Amino acid sequence: MSMQTPKEIGAIQFGLMDPETYRDMSATKIITADTYDDDGYPIDMGLMDPRLGVIDPGLECRTCGSHSGSCNGHFGHIELAAPVIHVGFTKLIRRLLRATCRDCGRLSLTPEEQEEFRDGLQRNEELGEDWTNVLKAAVRQARKASRCPHCGAPQHDIKHEKPTTYYEVQDVLAGDYSERIASAMQPDPDNEDDSGVSPSDLAEDSGLDLSRVNDILSGEFRPVGEDRKKLEKALDVDLTEEDMNKLMPSDIRDWFEDIPDEDIETLGIDPSRSRPEWMILTVLPVPPVTARPSITLDNGQRSEDDLTHKLVDIIRINQRFMENREAGAPQLIIEDLWELLQYHVTTFVDNEISGTPPARHRSGRPLKTLSQRLKGKEGRFRGSLSGKRVNFSARTVISPDPTLSLNEVGVPERVAREMTQTMNVSERNLDRAQQYVRNGPEGHPGANYVKRPDGRRLKVTEKNCEELAEKIDVGWEVNRHLIDGDIVIFNRQPSLHRMSIMAHEVVVMPYKTFRLNTVVCPPYNADFDGDEMNMHALQTEESRAEARVLMRVQEQLLSPRFGENIIGAIQDHISGTYLLTNGNPEFTETQALDLLRATSIDTLPEPAGEDEGEPYWTGKQLFSELLPDDLNLEFTSSAGDEVVIEDGQLVSGTIDEDAVGAFGGEVVDTLAKVHSKTRARVFVNEVASLAMRAIMHFGFSIGIDDESIPGEANEQVDEAIASAYDRVQELIEIYEAGELESLPGRTVDETLEMKIMQQLGKARDSAGEIAEDHFADDNPAVVMARSGARGSMLNLTQMAGCVGQQAVRGERINRGYEGRTLSHYQPNDLSAEAHGFVENSYRGGLTPREFFFHAMGGREGLVDTAVRTSKSGYLQRRLINALSELEAQYDGTVRDTSGTVVQFEFGEDGTSPVKVSSSEDNPIDVENVADRILDAEFSSEEEKAEFLGRKELPTNISEYAGPGLDKARSLEVESDD
Amino acid sequence: MTETYAHVDDDVRAIVEDYNLPESLRHRIYETIEDRGGVDLEQADEIAHAVSSRYEDSRVEAHDPVGTVSAQSIGEPGTQMTMNTFHYAGVAEIDVTQGLPRLIELVDARKTPDTPMMTVHLEDEYAENRERAHEVVWQMEATKILALGDISTNVADMIVQVDLNEETLAERWPTVDDIDTVAQEIAETIEDALGVDTRRSETLIEFGPDQPSYRRLLQLVEELRDIVFKGLEDISRVVIRKEENEKTDGEEFVLYTEGSAFGDVLSIEGVDATRTTSNNIHEVYRNLGVEAARETIINETMETLREQGLDDVNIRHLMLVADIMTNRGEIESIGRHGISGSKDSVLARAAFEVTVNHLLDAAVHGEEDDLDGVIENVIVGKPVSIGTGDVDLRMGSIEADGGAADVELEPSDD
Repeated sequence: MSMQTPKEIGAIQFGLMDPETYRDMSATKIITADTYDDDGYPIDMGLMDPRLGVIDPGLECRTCGSHSGSCNGHFGHIELAAPVIHVGFTKLIRRLLRATCRDCGRLSLTPEEQEEFRDGLQRNEELGEDWTNVLKAAVRQARKASRCPHCGAPQHDIKHEKPTTYYEVQDVLAGDYSERIASAMQPDPDNEDDSGVSPSDLAEDSGLDLSRVNDILSGEFRPVGEDRKKLEKALDVDLTEEDMNKLMPSDIRDWFEDIPDEDIETLGIDPSRSRPEWMILTVLPVPPVTARPSITLDNGQRSEDDLTHKLVDIIRINQRFMENREAGAPQLIIEDLWELLQYHVTTFVDNEISGTPPARHRSGRPLKTLSQRLKGKEGRFRGSLSGKRVNFSARTVISPDPTLSLNEVGVPERVAREMTQTMNVSERNLDRAQQYVRNGPEGHPGANYVKRPDGRRLKVTEKNCEELAEKIDVGWEVNRHLIDGDIVIFNRQPSLHRMSIMAHEVVVMPYKTFRLNTVVCPPYNADFDGDEMNMHALQTEESRAEARVLMRVQEQLLSPRFGENIIGAIQDHISGTYLLTNGNPEFTETQALDLLRATSIDTLPEPAGEDEGEPYWTGKQLFSELLPDDLNLEFTSSAGDEVVIEDGQLVSGTIDEDAVGAFGGEVVDTLAKVHSKTRARVFVNEVASLAMRAIMHFGFSIGIDDESIPGEANEQVDEAIASAYDRVQELIEIYEAGELESLPGRTVDETLEMKIMQQLGKARDSAGEIAEDHFADDNPAVVMARSGARGSMLNLTQMAGCVGQQAVRGERINRGYEGRTLSHYQPNDLSAEAHGFVENSYRGGLTPREFFFHAMGGREGLVDTAVRTSKSGYLQRRLINALSELEAQYDGTVRDTSGTVVQFEFGEDGTSPVKVSSSEDNPIDVENVADRILDAEFSSEEEKAEFLGRKELPTNISEYAGPGLDKARSLEVESDD
Repeated sequence: MTETYAHVDDDVRAIVEDYNLPESLRHRIYETIEDRGGVDLEQADEIAHAVSSRYEDSRVEAHDPVGTVSAQSIGEPGTQMTMNTFHYAGVAEIDVTQGLPRLIELVDARKTPDTPMMTVHLEDEYAENRERAHEVVWQMEATKILALGDISTNVADMIVQVDLNEETLAERWPTVDDIDTVAQEIAETIEDALGVDTRRSETLIEFGPDQPSYRRLLQLVEELRDIVFKGLEDISRVVIRKEENEKTDGEEFVLYTEGSAFGDVLSIEGVDATRTTSNNIHEVYRNLGVEAARETIINETMETLREQGLDDVNIRHLMLVADIMTNRGEIESIGRHGISGSKDSVLARAAFEVTVNHLLDAAVHGEEDDLDGVIENVIVGKPVSIGTGDVDLRMGSIEADGGAADVELEPSDD
């Protein structure tokens, strides 16, 4: 095997191909429609000719000599008995026919006009705009000429009958010309003064001889050319009718051959690459067999590809055509066959032409021909070229594992055994490499393949592994299994943003699912109800380095969409920190140690106090242990709680979603931006562990009884709803009396609907308030809603108080029967319950009618989601396609790949969304900087220089290496700065 | 915007100007110094230095694929939006398309939005006085005959009778004192529009078809209903609202219109053209130019996101989308008929939509694909020239030129 310099594709040229080139590149001419002979061997000069390439393993290609797999195949060709039109170019052919002279082939434009259009074309090219506009304008202009400006030949209109027939429309003398003349000579019945035109008058008016006029009138002489025009002028009649002269493809080809190169250029066609006559096919290239492989069915029968079927049709008709023509068949038969050939070639190129019945398979399924192979989502472009299938990938169900770091992923051992990484054996890793090979493909950190220095690849098997291990030496390559600490790419579809694909470090685990820490669910939008995810093992050192530095989960903590953290505590973590810090509970030493057990904290701080001689620690204190010592933060959570953190100690406030949650938890956000991503990662991991311990300490469960409210509260709710009903009834009465004042711009009906909706909304809200008043603060549902862990007070209202109005299309439910929603109600009943107000709570249970209305509202939501996903998916695809080329440059501009400037500074100030807070108007807190410089004393010059200078971000490349070598040490290192 | 600060002298300015900072940040520094009653030069330099360092730290990195990130940042919240077309935005009385359909409408750069709408701010006394504000309203709102009086059809005499309401006329034509003049004007408008002769006595206008015909008579009534007697045809309704004025801290009347006729409205007396906007980006483009159109795209997109509670999307992403839509000096849509369809690369166009046509046209035109972009390189299997793929290191041979001093380091981008 010889080494070849890798070649790179520099550019791709597009053009039409000359029939001569087809013949030159063709491996063989195809003349028989048969594929295989009785012995199952391909027939020479048939559609499966071995010179077209090989698909059966073991056979040798007769053109290039290589075997299937390494032979790409070779084109053949069919000599068409007569030229046929290429369907893809029918519009252009029509334009060219209309714009050029039928006699001399020149473009029907004066040299000045030509010049003008050529300039326009050039300008278009410079501006990168669509050239077809100039072409259209030029054709429109050229079409106006009734005579060729070059040779003076009269031009006729061209009619195009889709898909591939062209007519030349000529005006010829009508068959009934004498009748037309006679009727024009009759006197006008409405005008008594008119005595008609006598033949002698006519002769005088038209300037023809009287005898000639008489001959014409008697039908003995046909007035053509000048005579006809004179008569038409004299009598003011039209003596012509349209005659359609069909243009055969051969005529068109001859016509196009006459068009000079310069004229084509004016139309934006490049004559050096594409001559117009090449749009009429005389030779048909036959795709290599590798492009249309036949498959052998289980019963030994061969099934041919759609393209092969189409080619068989073409060859059959082609042959019949030739035979008939040689036999001197009548013109009519020839034309029929010609049309049939045209049909088959047309459908070979595109089988979805409107107006043409698609060519069908025996089963009735339309054939998938050339155009259909390229088009659409599963087509060649989007399906095979833009989206490629890859090796070294795995997919399985995901499940949670809170003991993993958020940077890690648990990989099942059987996956780890299939995915490999290439090890270049050197003196330093020789021992390990040998051990991997010795372990074989079945043992876990084993190897699947080895590559000798001479390039030969050997499979490691259970049998040869011991033997191979001895042979491994420096210079070999070993494809070893994935082991702990390897970097892999992890992805969940739909990949809507860049956090949908992140790099994780492998932790090999038993069982069959991928394991991930629950805090990475938000970026992936994953849950564990059966979601599957994909994993890719990286194969080059560059890609592994890039993945570690740029793609690791901790590097993606901040979302570029809103510039805040997207990874943080979720659900039970938040309930946990809330319980831990709300009301500041006290813990004994054992309890405190137990809470911090899963974290890297191994010493307790000074106890907060003593209770009956026993020291105790508070929840806030324990939470503060996770914070770096130099953290100062003050913010108001959305629950209205003032959270104050001073020097790494939580002084006051409750830690809830606004502090540690995903989607902008203040503490996580500040750590990631001000401290380091590593510190933030450590914090999120530890908060999750601590919170889980805390929630287990307190115990947390929710049941149906947690949503029940006392009887008196129920009565109050009923009362509130009843009074709302009364108010609605009042409104209806006012409306029915015709006294309802309509709101500006609304009809009375709409006003009534709005007012009723408003009343019922209020009723639900007051029911909610009543219910809320009766819930204890330690009610789990309340805890979850308040802390932001899950659910809202509205959910709670619906469970305990009243579900409320059901809506379809933003209105009360108004559909169903004529004048009523259900047959249970009187027609035109406007009351609340007849239009989908659900007065019961979920806990109390819905009546059948309420249930039905509720299902209507629910159904709308489902339909909405279904429609939305497809629409937004398309929007996303378009946006990405339009913006994918834009990139920030060294000079701060944003340009596309051709260098066009789109923005001089990204986002007007050149700052990155992940590095500044989106909530602040200014990217930098100048106040704070000034305060530090003017007021604060720096203890040393270095500290000052550090404050003034730029911050070098540390590159942390592994969970277990570098600054965060182990979890405990990393905490200390980080918290010191 | 060169404001003068009492405590910022030219020396301080010179020091701050030395640092390469955006204008807004410089002003922030001046303001901060001002607040602190001035600083000495060394401190000023230190402040500027520290701010500059932080600014440099927060800049986008070179080779950041900002386009893809922005596209994702707008596309991803699209999945969370509602499809519900009609909801009430700000003004309860006017329906505006919202959510995903509106977002799609914006990036499609539709010629007319589904629900065109304008926010018209007023000047001076027009903004303060309800009566004066109403004057502007009557000039904008299309007034149809039904708003002015009653129509009755007399089938026996083949006559359409319009009985104008004097009060309404006085209200809608506040500048004209004589009701008769107004009625005459209306009669003439009818004559011009329908091509019939009218008879008028006071506020009663009568007319009929030339030749007795029931069909023509009914047709006339139908046509009469569509005639606009006053105002702008495109504006079907105007709502006045009292709002707080951010600038003056006072209250002012703001008009919201259903339908949009931006150019016409700007020239109406009393309209504050500097603050009036339309949600039709093409109208803004025609009247105020492409920069204003860009601004409108950003504002409208942000407003659409805000309405859905997704206003945490960073405005920089919206800016980039608006910038690429207006990059060629006119509004281009995002998609087949706009940016994606006019890309230089044949393969990129073919991979997006209408694959076959693009290939055939490219062949006829003799196009060449230089494989500069992202999609083309994915197709041919080359590294993409974006992000880390855009960095090239040229290895200098130490042996050949005697030392590493001459090693050429050339960033590949140009």
